[in-house]
Amino acid sequence: MGNIIKTDDIHFYYENEYSVEEGVESPVKEILKGINLDINKGEFVAVLGHNGSGKSTFAKHLNAILLPKKGTVYIGDIDTKLEDRHFDIRQRVGMVFQNPDNQIVATVVEEDVAFALENLGVEPKEMRNRVDDALKAVDMYEYREHAPHQLSGGQKQRVAIAGVIAMRPECIVLDEPTAMLDPKGRQEVLKTIRMLNKNFGITIVAITHYMDEAAEADRVVVMDEGEVILDDIPKEVFSHVELLKSVGLDVPQVTELIYELNKYGLNIDKQIITEDECVEALMKILA
Amino acid sequence: MGIIKTENLTYTYSVGTPFEKKAIDNINLEIEEGELVGIIGHTGSGKSTLIQHFNGLLKPTSGRILIEGEDIWKSKASTRQARFTVGLVFQYPEYQIFEETVYRDIAFGPKNMGLTEDEIDYRVRNTATAVGISEELLQRSPFELSGGQKRRVAIAGVMAMEPKILILDEPTAGLDPKGREKILNLIKEHHKKTGCTVLIVSHSMEDIARYANKILVMNKSKVFCYGKTAEVFKRANEISEMGLTVPQITRVINELKNRGINIEDEIYTVKYAKEIFLKYLSEKEGGAYD
Repeated sequence: MGNIIKTDDIHFYYENEYSVEEGVESPVKEILKGINLDINKGEFVAVLGHNGSGKSTFAKHLNAILLPKKGTVYIGDIDTKLEDRHFDIRQRVGMVFQNPDNQIVATVVEEDVAFALENLGVEPKEMRNRVDDALKAVDMYEYREHAPHQLSGGQKQRVAIAGVIAMRPECIVLDEPTAMLDPKGRQEVLKTIRMLNKNFGITIVAITHYMDEAAEADRVVVMDEGEVILDDIPKEVFSHVELLKSVGLDVPQVTELIYELNKYGLNIDKQIITEDECVEALMKILA
Repeated sequence: MGIIKTENLTYTYSVGTPFEKKAIDNINLEIEEGELVGIIGHTGSGKSTLIQHFNGLLKPTSGRILIEGEDIWKSKASTRQARFTVGLVFQYPEYQIFEETVYRDIAFGPKNMGLTEDEIDYRVRNTATAVGISEELLQRSPFELSGGQKRRVAIAGVMAMEPKILILDEPTAGLDPKGREKILNLIKEHHKKTGCTVLIVSHSMEDIARYANKILVMNKSKVFCYGKTAEVFKRANEISEMGLTVPQITRVINELKNRGINIEDEIYTVKYAKEIFLKYLSEKEGGAYD
């Protein structure tokens, strides 16, 4: 085990949002205010935060779409400020965005998956193998000759993920990959992400505001106002019901129920995050 | 007499091509005035096609659609009237904002209705306040606003036309919990204040459970059921089988019932579940948790 991503006190603000006083630039509004995070190889990390908490800005630092104004991001041992290494960085850390319609470029599914490989100059035979493998991995192989517009949102997102895994990255960063999908599409994409993590050992950083998605991760990082306020296993993070609510986030309904019941002097394990755990705990006191 | 009524409403896409598909099939539905209805259904179940009939965006292949008792396709005038009676807010409405200022964007609909300048001004300021857009934002470009603000401006644009029926297609899609709550609260507030009929299409059962009085479930181009929220969630198993998710809390209650715990099954919010459990425990232990 080692780090795949390490961020060392990163700060960020947008160019047009600073004031200059006596020749010194000072940001009007810092989006990131010193983030220190190590992400281990093979980990599945969910990053939670309300809109404007800085979570997407953070995600964009992980494959050098944005560079920190202060501090350093390391991908493996590469500093993202080294522009001539951006190719390597982006091959190691792939990115999937929220809107499936904004990230598909080709008119045939398999050509879309091959797009990055063409840019990388991969041999045609090798390309064929990688495209097939990637499409099989996301369970979209039988759609390889379809046009993207014939696919559902969940299917399009899986094609986008296939495009990333065809590059054989060590890590995939997904910025709210399910926000625009219906429940079925969400399930498909989540299943795919979990499978890539488990079976292929790909490190996953998933930005989300769905609590039930975060509950399935190995580790949950909660951001608020550009800072990390919680960083722990899901059970531990979700036991902070009041804190999460105060920063505009929810907890799973079952966690909230137990929290509410405990207020009345019941003594139920407060680290309950799944339906099964909730049913078991309630059976103990009700039966 | 319901404010919206459909009679054998059927719509077929791409008639005469290999892609011909019945999107809605023989829908007979009556929605009462003043209701707040949640519409749920799988992608492709026909819910969007259905709501696009309510203000005449789509013309039925067969069957009729009556708004306030009048067939909206009877004459050109009645179709036009339906478009003012029924306000439709699309998915991601912020993408449809085009005016130079927030004020002008909200005023666009009322202007088309031919209202006086004074009336337009009153309505713009009034609805802007209702959706939490402050006075100083009105002269800004809508493109300087945050995503959540833009969406509220777009909703205000439809509300300012004061439609008797307000339909919103997934008004909370892509928003965080705080943003969702804000939008749903302002819709609920508008419903309470004006007494208009509101239809909300949503994938979030938790939200629907908390805000709607009635639920319409669409499945495979047909109405699966339409009734009071509690009655609809009683059929949680069938709804789950359709690939829709019922609130987590409802699933927990159903499992407890399966295991022999005798509690009522019309529970779909955390708040209510808590009360029921405390009552159950009190009865069991003689008033300990009153």
